[in-house]
Amino acid sequence: MAEPRPVLEMTGIVKEFPGVRALSGVDFRLFPGEIHALMGENGAGKSTLIKVLTGVHPLDGGTITLDGKAVRIGSPLQAQHAGISTVYQEVNLCPNLSVAENIFIGREPTRAGRIQWKQIRKQAAEMVDRLGLDIDVTAPLSSYPLAVQQLVAIVRSVGHGDSDGEGSGTKVLVLDEPTSSLDRDEVLELFRLMRRLRDEGVAILFVSHFLDQIYEICDRMTVLRNGTLVGEHMVADLDQVGLIELMIGKALDQLEELHEHQLRSDVGETLVKAEGLGRTGGIAPFDLEIKKGEVLGLAGLLGSGRTELARLLFGADQPDSGKVTIVGKQVPMSAPNDAIGAGVAFCSENRKTEGLVPDLTVRENIILALQASRGWTRPIPASQRDELVAKYIKALDIRPANPEARVGQLSGGNQQKVLLARWLITQPKLLILDEPTRGIDVGAKAEIQKLVVSLSEDGMSVLYIAAELEEVLRLSHTIGVLRDRKLVAQLTNGPEITTSRILETIASGEHQ
Amino acid sequence: MSTPSATTPARWRALTHHHLFWPVAVLVALLLVNVPFTPDFFAIRMADGHLYGSLVSIVLFGSPLILVAVGMTLVIATGGIDLSVGAVVAITGALTCSYISDQADQNALAGVFLAMGIGLVAAVVCGLWNGFLVARMGIQPIIATLIIMVAGRGVAQLITDGQIITINSEPYKLIGGGYWLTLPFSIFVVAAVVAVTVALTRRTALGLLVESVGGNAEASRLVGIRSMRIKIMVYMFCALCAGIAGLMISSNTSAADGNNAGLWIELDAILAVVIGGTSLLGGRFSIGGTVIGALVIQTLTTTIYTIGVPTQTNLVFKAAVVIVVCLLQSPKFRAKVFGAKGRARVTAPAEPATPADAAPKMEVSR
Ligand SMILES: Nc1ncnc2c1ncn2[C@@H]1O[C@H](COP(=O)(O)OP(=O)(O)OP(=O)(O)O)[C@@H](O)[C@H]1O
Ligand SMILES: [Mg+2]
Repeated sequence: MAEPRPVLEMTGIVKEFPGVRALSGVDFRLFPGEIHALMGENGAGKSTLIKVLTGVHPLDGGTITLDGKAVRIGSPLQAQHAGISTVYQEVNLCPNLSVAENIFIGREPTRAGRIQWKQIRKQAAEMVDRLGLDIDVTAPLSSYPLAVQQLVAIVRSVGHGDSDGEGSGTKVLVLDEPTSSLDRDEVLELFRLMRRLRDEGVAILFVSHFLDQIYEICDRMTVLRNGTLVGEHMVADLDQVGLIELMIGKALDQLEELHEHQLRSDVGETLVKAEGLGRTGGIAPFDLEIKKGEVLGLAGLLGSGRTELARLLFGADQPDSGKVTIVGKQVPMSAPNDAIGAGVAFCSENRKTEGLVPDLTVRENIILALQASRGWTRPIPASQRDELVAKYIKALDIRPANPEARVGQLSGGNQQKVLLARWLITQPKLLILDEPTRGIDVGAKAEIQKLVVSLSEDGMSVLYIAAELEEVLRLSHTIGVLRDRKLVAQLTNGPEITTSRILETIASGEHQ
Repeated sequence: MSTPSATTPARWRALTHHHLFWPVAVLVALLLVNVPFTPDFFAIRMADGHLYGSLVSIVLFGSPLILVAVGMTLVIATGGIDLSVGAVVAITGALTCSYISDQADQNALAGVFLAMGIGLVAAVVCGLWNGFLVARMGIQPIIATLIIMVAGRGVAQLITDGQIITINSEPYKLIGGGYWLTLPFSIFVVAAVVAVTVALTRRTALGLLVESVGGNAEASRLVGIRSMRIKIMVYMFCALCAGIAGLMISSNTSAADGNNAGLWIELDAILAVVIGGTSLLGGRFSIGGTVIGALVIQTLTTTIYTIGVPTQTNLVFKAAVVIVVCLLQSPKFRAKVFGAKGRARVTAPAEPATPADAAPKMEVSR
């Protein structure tokens, strides 16, 4: 075969964690100038392979060759010096530092030993701009939503050398689910950047659970299942159905089932009513009604205020105008407690900082919300607790199905499921789901969407936020459209509502 | 391909992975160090119906530290720290002793109980103040508790008029210096406090909520945990423990010394908590670990005397041992020192081997 020599070759990679063999003898190779997808279900070992490659975890067996030379990568810093830039699955930047500082941290341009702040800000602004982002690089990172933080992480990793001069040396770019909370436009922007880097000869390793994205951008893919290598294929040679079958290891039974699944049409009486609810800098005052059993989807671009709206309804941020009534009673909304007491649950998009307690076990994380509402004096009886936890581990197929496992050690998608379980267990009246399928694999995603539909059938109201418009459209009775931190329209879902219609509404910002 | 971990007996691995393994190992090692110097170190004698021996003394003298450290554990688990415990020890002792010394009959039970009550209430008020500053005002715990740490000793001095108050009360003497059922009474007090703490945290959901608040404060808020209440409660509990320790110390010496009672005990307590395996970052805590940690520190102090480390170097000696203990507890350090052979295997083959023969080679080279 006249294939060029791979820039990166990993052979017989073994990685064991206490009790779990995350990788058993995986081979992986990456050629210069290709975009290579690493595929697999939640917990298949994708992130682990990446962490072994970049020196986060020491490997327990196997070899890594970079440019034909065997290398030992002991730390992420060494990986960077060896020309491997990485965006990890969980954003790991410093929330208190500014965007610009985050981009340049560890490689600040200096003159005579002094950091060139002006230059940092200017370059950072340019780099961010190139990704089509319009943000203030001097603001602290934490003031931006997760999607922006993710983009900043990307800018940071491709930053070397992408910006003029200094000669990058990035040979391998690793992106572990960089698109999990991005909207279409940012994804396109990212893809443009990826293509350019590919054409410059950079080898890109890309992980995503969005199959369409894989087929759009990737040249080759490697499929993992349960920590073993299933195969390496050219994307052109394998269709989606074949791919899914390789990933889950059995024939695919209709994932599309949901389409026929009719949304319940007769929604009940008003459950939650927000009047003039707003917060300066968050979202302009809005009126909103959610009926019993209704799924209200929110559509809008990045930074349009979807998350902000949800947070106000939960009391996570304090509104400075308006009021919320839940089943006819006004709720003060001065803290999440008030909303929780009234039957509202909020599953945050940011599972790492706002969701899970990594040191606690799966069981403890799952019962946390329920326990908090009971107060510390009334622990949930052990038998009831174990039963509930086992039930939800099974229902959501959390792997490993071990309630004693530390949540921090679960794969990203499984962590997300734990977060969902936590709130489902409380049986709220209104369930707010902010990007609930973030990082969840294709099979599980369909399961979760089915779950939402059945919850709504049982009379639970759901506020559903997802970057993927199709997802919102498929599930919602009503679609709230946001633009520039304003709720501009509420469309009743029906045959005439299509994604392009919603996009139009977003673009024009008008209520029709 | 088998891994090194699979070849070691699984039992042994489970044991070494237990969170109390290293603290207990260190404690046992320290105890053993004493044997060459004091051959009858583990001997326990009976005299006058009381048990005597080095082990009994270690627990007896370590009692106040255990109490303070147990309270400190919960504070640290919420992500805080309490520097004021030493001062609280002094205040409680001062208040209690000065009340008792004002009594006509220092041996009257009612008076002694009232005195203890006053002392403990004062302690809890200190804790409430700390908790208020930390939870309500959002002041950094280290700063918030520094206030009482510094000012508290002054208050204790004020209470005792700058004197050392000595008292002569038989009932009060029992707490820190008396015997019951052949054992020092302090041991029973400590056992009771530890048992209550464990029950309070593990039989209710308090422990879980404390760990959650310490493990991820924002997530805890969004889950509806009333972390403010929990934090205040925990600081009050910590101060209460310090108060009981204060009673014990002043009872043992039958005197209240505003200057020296409980001096630096906060540092030993923090150390005990850390040795016991609770992270200073908050989150998971272990009361059992803390008790062992406190015993390690007390044993260390005893050891310094028995092996005759010169007084002027004993702090250096203590520091050296503490460093070793902390290093032993660090998984990274252990991996570097003890795990070397496991790792070497992996990184050995330097030349690019073909996948087919790479694996067997690694097997052989071990
Ligand atoms: N630090 C760790 N300690 C113990 N087990 C771990 C650790 N990290 C990962 N694992 C386990 O290794 C397996 C593979 O996890 P990994 O994160 O690589 O999955 P993934 O393919 O990235 O999944 P996802 O799509 O959900 O992100 C999982 O079973 C996980 O529980
Ligand atoms: Mg992953």
